[in-house]
Amino acid sequence: MARRYLLEFEKPLVELEKQIEQIRELARDSEVDVSQQLLQLETLAARRREEIFQGLTPAQKIQVARHPHRPSTLDFIQMFCDDWVELHGDRTGSDDQALIGGIGRIGERSVLLLGQQKGRDTKENVARNFGMATPGGYRKALRLMEHADRFKLPIISFIDTPGAYAGLLAEEQGQGEAIAVNLREMFRLRVPVVATVIGEGGSGGALGIGVADRLLMFEHSVYTVASPEACASILWRDAAKAPEAAAALKITGPDLLNLGVVDEVLKEPAGGNNWAPLKAGEVLKEALERHLDELTKMSIQQLREGRYRKFRSIGRVLDPTTSETGLSA
Amino acid sequence: MSLFDWFADRRKGQFVGKVIQETDEGDGLWGKCPECGQVVYRKDLIANANVCSNCGHHNRIDSEERINLIADEGSFHALDQDLSPTDPLGFKDRRAYADRLRESQANTGMKDGVITGFCKVESISLALGVMDFRFMGGSMGSVVGEKITRLIEGATAKKAPLLIVCASGGARMQEGMLSLMQMAKISGALERHREAELLYMPLLTHPTTGGVTASFAMLGDLILAEPKALIGFAGRRVIEQTLREKLPDNFQTAEYLQEHGFVDTIVPRPQLKKTLCSLLKLHGYLPDKQKD
Repeated sequence: MARRYLLEFEKPLVELEKQIEQIRELARDSEVDVSQQLLQLETLAARRREEIFQGLTPAQKIQVARHPHRPSTLDFIQMFCDDWVELHGDRTGSDDQALIGGIGRIGERSVLLLGQQKGRDTKENVARNFGMATPGGYRKALRLMEHADRFKLPIISFIDTPGAYAGLLAEEQGQGEAIAVNLREMFRLRVPVVATVIGEGGSGGALGIGVADRLLMFEHSVYTVASPEACASILWRDAAKAPEAAAALKITGPDLLNLGVVDEVLKEPAGGNNWAPLKAGEVLKEALERHLDELTKMSIQQLREGRYRKFRSIGRVLDPTTSETGLSA
Repeated sequence: MSLFDWFADRRKGQFVGKVIQETDEGDGLWGKCPECGQVVYRKDLIANANVCSNCGHHNRIDSEERINLIADEGSFHALDQDLSPTDPLGFKDRRAYADRLRESQANTGMKDGVITGFCKVESISLALGVMDFRFMGGSMGSVVGEKITRLIEGATAKKAPLLIVCASGGARMQEGMLSLMQMAKISGALERHREAELLYMPLLTHPTTGGVTASFAMLGDLILAEPKALIGFAGRRVIEQTLREKLPDNFQTAEYLQEHGFVDTIVPRPQLKKTLCSLLKLHGYLPDKQKD
């Protein structure tokens, strides 16, 4: 029965679901009317799920964000676009499978869509390198964004990565340089850019496609400067302190909204996006279209100035010359 | 030093034969090179920009020493010296971030990990930023990001070339995502400096890693590095542990990066000022005629 991949804190729901399943089976075999009982149990289960997901700790949110059945970049693209052509290659010798992109249509609008792509199972994850892009992936992303810039296609970026790939070849090919150039060049784009953290946003690897006019985040997504595991082993000298690190690092949507990093937090269905992917798709599509409506009204000048100001204002410093804490732009 | 100095010191009754193990602290007259073990006279070492004359090992220097090596005497004017860090997340690991900050401030006399300002290099104007590894490993928090951004904006406004001396372990985790976002903020400012067709050169010194590598360290029109400096995106240990890959001995050194096309030129420290000056002149930046 439990085909679904269960997270530790979802276990209390299992008992209820078992009961519901048993009653259903009973109802199939006999003529007893159990609809009343079923309804009651289902309502209870829904309420429990709601409660559990309302009170998730940052460490638990990471588990939801990394859930293998959480809708991925390609899932959302499939939900949004009738017309979609995936485009391959960085034109310098590789085609990263961990960072994919292409052109599609959302409503009446042609857009460029790109994002990191994780796999659902081990085999797919090996092919996708667990969503960890190589320098070639970032260069492919830039090539596609420059294409969008030339043909005036708004850019929709999906962030879902544990981080940029850390390996011998990645260093040799200039992982740092590839990300750095994206950061700079994304400020030049003359088309609107909306980025959404759909799963986990891992550090520089996420930011490498994340310099946007609007940054959205799902309710249970996380965006981190360093993985809580790495942070715990460095600062606490104990990787087991990852949950503490997750809480201290302020990685959730509401926290990042407060810090001025994120522009909007998108509500998830109770149970998380993996519980009702289509619903998640509707929420995201609505938000993307709303932001694109606003952004496409702006002039190129306004757009680029706005993007600059958005990032320029992030950070907290104490400046005695203005005797002001906080935003310093 | 001269022989005369040596005798003068000897007369003061100081014991000169003692070998000091730590070359970057203490006030002994002699030091031992941590690389080749050669015993060197400290004054010689300083006169040679803290580079071992025997093996060429570059000892770490702090931001003030670096500025003295680059800027004409008395020409450096610091900007935003009083910009101080806050503790935006109320962060505490085994120790509170606020305590770590106070300690670093007390040890270095700096408010945070970078000094920025304008100076003259053989009378040529230059915007100069110098990161200081002593301050929490040169990590980049809001203050580092803000000061560098203001420096770049100032350079763009004054049409000045820019040099940033990098020395950093990467993002400052204690400031969370605010720290990561400084990478984008600085890159945005560099885009405008570049758009104005002004020269930007980062100088990568030991070590330059993580978020600094993935932003302004790699965005130079020309990228300079010090010999044998460690430069990389991911840490060597991370790569070894997670991937069990055998790494070459010179992995992530300045020489390795140059071999792979990411560093324009490796500049031994004693030649730094001369090289800088040549590059500035070759790009049409000329000495100021009028003195200010």
